[in-house]
Amino acid sequence: MIEAVAIQNPKSKIDMHEVSVMQSALEIALEHMRRQNAARIHRIHMRVGALSSVVPEALEFAFDVVTHGTPAEGATLEIERVPAVCRCPACQIEFEPDGYFYECPQCGSLNVEIRRGRELELAFLEVS
Amino acid sequence: MKEAATETESRQVVEVNEGILSKNDVFAARNRSLFNATGLLVLNVLSSPGSGKTAFIERTLTDLRGRLRGAVIVGDLATDNDAKRIARSGAPAVQITTGDMCHLEAEMVGKAAGQLNLDDLDVLIIENVGNLVCPSGYDLGENLRVVLLAATEGEDKPLKYPVMFKTADVVIVNKMDIAEAAGFDRATALDNIRRIAPQAVIFEVSARTGQGMQQWYDWLEQRRAQM
Repeated sequence: MIEAVAIQNPKSKIDMHEVSVMQSALEIALEHMRRQNAARIHRIHMRVGALSSVVPEALEFAFDVVTHGTPAEGATLEIERVPAVCRCPACQIEFEPDGYFYECPQCGSLNVEIRRGRELELAFLEVS
Repeated sequence: MKEAATETESRQVVEVNEGILSKNDVFAARNRSLFNATGLLVLNVLSSPGSGKTAFIERTLTDLRGRLRGAVIVGDLATDNDAKRIARSGAPAVQITTGDMCHLEAEMVGKAAGQLNLDDLDVLIIENVGNLVCPSGYDLGENLRVVLLAATEGEDKPLKYPVMFKTADVVIVNKMDIAEAAGFDRATALDNIRRIAPQAVIFEVSARTGQGMQQWYDWLEQRRAQM
């Protein structure tokens, strides 16, 4: 049984998921704008973690593409980069990992929790 | 000038603090409760293009026939070749044509799962789009993330895609039958995987020869029994 499901990506012709991430961010922003009975978005502030698999520069590029012709056209995009932060449960310390391996700088354990860095959030907007 | 000042004054800051993929997370949670209700074990299989995902899934379902009832949801850019290959194993295969999309989203998987009789299944394998970057932030409602790399891709592969490997529950090192010929530094590769993804269970296999697959099957059956 092979079923072809017609689920196409309507969002873009660009093979980069930042476009679809930015599209989702814009949808959330527009919804909040409407809730405030506002008509324009002037500023969008996002938090992008080091472990979010999203490239901020690609987001900026995608922003211009997806906001074109929308109430957010011409708005300022602010991207706040959030570094990875780990916690070693044994030593009870938090640290920013250095490099690929997330090793506790005190005991060398790899058994650490990732506390920050996965963020991909719309923090706030400025509307009128 | 006065007008501009008025406009500036009427501007207001709206706190949002919402996850951008929260819509996907809602669909993923919906999928997960649907899957859990029937005791289904769901795998999200991820790799670069050409690592042997399809062969690995095809072999798994073929060899487990009679032991586990499996089905596959396969995301493919344009063709239905992968779905056809998987259908050879006798397992139901639903294809999601992703077009130019570089990852699967939970909503698509939910729709595709709707075409399967989940009550008749033990394991559902989702073959994601061949990409080790974009799919990492998209929860599909799976129980396990299986990240696959081929020995021919080199021992530094986990270092190139640390974010994806850090989300893995299982890492499959495929094409071990030609690892030596490819100059694969096995010890370094395993060390890299263990240090990047200390949470992951590692299996070294060849989906082509079947080498190492038995350990994977035993582990999978055990996980299914725990559902």
